[in-house]
Parts: sequence; structure tokens; C-alpha cells
Amino acid sequence: MALLEVDDIVIRFGGVTAVAGVSFEVAEHQICGLIGPNGAGKTTTFNCISGIYRPNSGRVLFQGRDITGEPRHRMTGLGIGRTFQNLALFRSMTVRDNVLAGAHASGRSGFIASALNLPLVRREAQEAEARARELLALLNLERVAELPVAALPFGWQKRVEMARALISRPKLLLLDEPAGGLNHGEVDELAELLVDIRRNFDLSILLVEHHMSLVMRVSDKVAVLDFGKKIADGTPDEVRNDPEVIKAYLGAGDEHAQAA
Amino acid sequence: MSATKGLPADAAIGGLAAPAATPAWQRVLLVLLGLGAAIAPLFVLESFQLFQLTMAVIMALAVLGLNIVTGYNGQISLGHGAFFAVGAYCTAILMSHWDWSFWATLPVSAVVCTALGWGVGFPALRLGGLYLALTTFSLAVAVPQILKHKAIEDWTGGVQGLFLVKPDAPAGIPLTADQWMYVVTVIVAGVCFFLVWNLIRSRIGRALMATRDHPTAAEAMGMDIADLKTKAFAVSALITGIAGSLSAVAIEFVAPDSFTFGVSITLFVGMVVGGVASILGSLFGGLFVLFVPNIAEAISKAAPGVIYGVILIAFLFLLPDGFAGLLRRIAARLRGRG
Repeated sequence: MALLEVDDIVIRFGGVTAVAGVSFEVAEHQICGLIGPNGAGKTTTFNCISGIYRPNSGRVLFQGRDITGEPRHRMTGLGIGRTFQNLALFRSMTVRDNVLAGAHASGRSGFIASALNLPLVRREAQEAEARARELLALLNLERVAELPVAALPFGWQKRVEMARALISRPKLLLLDEPAGGLNHGEVDELAELLVDIRRNFDLSILLVEHHMSLVMRVSDKVAVLDFGKKIADGTPDEVRNDPEVIKAYLGAGDEHAQAA
Repeated sequence: MSATKGLPADAAIGGLAAPAATPAWQRVLLVLLGLGAAIAPLFVLESFQLFQLTMAVIMALAVLGLNIVTGYNGQISLGHGAFFAVGAYCTAILMSHWDWSFWATLPVSAVVCTALGWGVGFPALRLGGLYLALTTFSLAVAVPQILKHKAIEDWTGGVQGLFLVKPDAPAGIPLTADQWMYVVTVIVAGVCFFLVWNLIRSRIGRALMATRDHPTAAEAMGMDIADLKTKAFAVSALITGIAGSLSAVAIEFVAPDSFTFGVSITLFVGMVVGGVASILGSLFGGLFVLFVPNIAEAISKAAPGVIYGVILIAFLFLLPDGFAGLLRRIAARLRGRG
């Protein structure tokens, strides 16, 4: 059974059909790339999986369970973590507090217990802080842990987002254009990091990305969308040589398609 | 697996030194200093000055309540005077009609204000920013008129208001009623400040701030925004209501005209001057809104409002992050030197 099954989802905005019956699967431990030209419906599909949009028809199954239309704040608890296309950090908070905020779903203590600082609260806090320390170390953020997150350069803030998503121990990590705005060196680091994360955290990754070489390098499987439909699905090599994909991207026979 | 070694941005970060944690002995010293500062006025101040200080602590507590919902959670409330009034009336009605002891009225006042705050929190979910400010403002305008209404005049005393009497110090404690009132206020406010301190440092406090900073991301972290926001309003109203209860006994009188919308604005000013989203700042805010109008009046009897306005603007200009920001800067400088 696949970890994530997207089953024939259709999403319309007014008269525009952004996604017209897309299906694909992400297996356990798989890194799956979701690519396509601008306006192909990648981000819409992504937002549908993360609960921001509800599909007009079709289902999203996670670990065999129908999660279509689940409230957004339940997704982390189910085991689906995400990062955002443009940074979505808690700007007034420190790096450490941003990461700790990601652990919210694994805590249970409420207002009263927290105000009284009951033993349960302290235990949960210690546990979350221990995990935050590990992630800060892993992502090389220890030195800046107590700084306000807004003071960091863009590439560093992206790593804070990654740590924040990982602290909830997701089984599926949704990454919305993680390479956007990164320079060459940083993209290389990111590729290494993604492979490391998959190995060490025992999770699957769904990657929506424009950066072709990154997707082709790290993905086990790539699904290609165009005009709201899936036009190809397979290993990076299969997809790279698929005539439909080449046509969709640059018109048949264009040299850049080969370079991708 | 250091996948991020040698990043180009590494050099840029080198210049930013992370602040060190406060050592334990310094924290103990600060707590002792705080206790000393709280007890000293008992022996130093005259009765009337002590009463003023009591009121300042009460205002600080009310500002703390407002800070929870507006400072930490980002929901602008211009109507917290309403919760202050309701807390005061709960205590006044129970004490003057049914001879309850002050302490017994506190839980009632807490429950009533929590319920009211929660009730206001629901429509607040659908109203952002300025609309919420106006809606809460209308609450502040409505409450004094409701308190005057004929239907509940038997309870509230209508326009005349209600008189009540300060509790005396328990037998064996050699304190006057004014001194005892100060002690009661400091204890109640101290407990509330401590509980709020815990709350803000917990996962809930972090969630309140996260919801304020970026609601979409907060939701993706598993935070139930509607739940957090309504509860923040409830806790906020609870704290401000308790402050109202204290004010009723400290002044020994409640009347609708003591709770005009001006109270709400005063609390808002206290929050901004003290420091938005700062617990210690709330304390300074309370002192400011109580004492600065007096200072203004001492400077000019004819136009105290003008002087108050000038002082206020000067403060906002000199301390853009409130007292709390000033303290943070001083602390940072001391650490930098040490």
C-alpha cells in the first residue's frame, strides 16, 4: 500500500479547472518529484494534499485513510509535515521557538495545565526541547538558535522551516519549491540534505519544484503535470525521455529539454 | 551528516552574537529585588500614596490581561474596560448585597469574565484587525449603559452605584485596611503574573504568538486557530476581570460612570507604553497610566490632558518598544560588557 494516494482529484476555481483528474502515489521512503510548467496545477495539487483546498471530486488517501477535507490543523498530527513556497516563519520569534512551534501537534497540555506548569507540561517541554536541539544541530542552526528568525539570511531561514517541519516526525514531508531563491551551492547542499533526511527520519518526500536538476537528482519517481493533467509518471530517466514531457516543456526537439 | 557546512552566508552570521542565558544567581537576585520592591512601600508610603500604588498594580494586572489577547495573540481589543467593569460589579454586588467576603467573590468574577470573554471571542474569529477593534470598542461603550439599565437597577444600584467596604487585615496582622488592601492586591496580582508567565513560556504561549505572526503556518503546525483565539480572549478577560474585582474593593465604590470607554483606552495606552507582548512591560504600563496623569496635573492644572499627551508622545518617541524594549536593550548592553 502506498503511503499517499492521490485519487483522481479535480479542483475548479469558478470556471477554470486547475486540476482535471490527477492521480499518483507516493510509496514509503520514496522521494517523489511533482513537476510541470507554470500553471500546470502543481501547487494546487500540493495545497489539496495539505488541506488548504478541498477537491471538487476525488480523494486523497494517507496510509489508506481518506483525509480529503480534514481540517488543516489535523494534518501534522496525522503525519504530514510541510514547508512553504515563500517563507512562512513566525518572524518575531527566535529560531529555537520557531522550531519548537513545529512540535505543537505532539503536545497535549492546554491553557490551565500550562499556566500551572504541571509535571506533564514540563515533561512535554523537555522532550520537545531535546528534539529541537537535535534538529538545530543537524541543520547547523545551533549558533543562531537564540536570534530572532527574521535576522537570518534567506537560505538559513529555509533551513529553520525544514527543522520546524521535521520536529513533528512526519511520515510524509511536503516541500513546496524548497530550492526557490537558493544559489547554486545552496541547491547542492539541499540535495544532499534531502537524501540525508529521508534516510535518517524514515520518511517520504513529495517535492514540488521548478529546479529541474535538483528534482532529477534526488527523486526516485517523478510525476509531470501539464494543464491540470498528469502527462507522465516514472523514474527521472523515463520522464526525461518522454516525448510528451519534452513537448510540454519546450516544444519537441528543443535542446534545453535534453539538458534538463 | 553535516549537509550544510561552509555555507556562503556563514560569514554574515559570524557577526551576530547570540545572547547568553541569565545565570541562576542573577535570577535569584532579581526575584529578591522584586520582592523587596513589592514590600518596601508598606513601610515607606503614606496611606494615600499606598492607595495609588495599589491602583497602579491593579491597572498593571488589567494591562496584563489585555496584553494576552492583543500583545501575544494579535487580536486588537479596545473594549477591555468592559471586562474590568464586569469584574468590579461581580465583586461589588456579591459583597454589598450578600455580604460575601472579598476572596469568595474572586472565583465568581473569574468565571463570569471568562464566559463573557469567550463569548466575545467567537464573533472576533470572523473579524480581523480594525473591525475587531471597533466591535470591542462598542462593547466598552455599551457596558456602562447596560449597568445603568432599569431592569437590573436593584442589583447594580443604577446611576448611584454600590458602596462596599475594604476587608480588614485578619486578626494578628498589624496592618491598616489600606496596607492590607495593598498586600491582597500584590498577592493576587503576583499569582496572576506568575500564571501568565508560565502560560506564555509554554507551548500554548508559543502557539498564541505563532498564530499572531503567521496564521497559515500556525495551522500547518497543528494549531487550532479558532480554539486558541477564543481561549486567549477568555483568559484575557479573566485577568482583566480580576483586576476589576480588586479595583472595586480598593476604591470601595462602583458606579457606571467609573467605567466609561476611557478605561479601555487607558489600558491600551498602558499596554503600548509598557511594551506590547511583554509581561514585565504590563507592570510599567500600569504605573504609567496611574501616575503620569497626576504628574501632568501637577504641571498644569488648566490643561493636564495636553501635558499628558506630550508626555505620552515623548515616551513613544524615546521608547518605541515601550519600557520592556528599554530593559531589553539595557540587559543586552550589560551582557555585552560582561
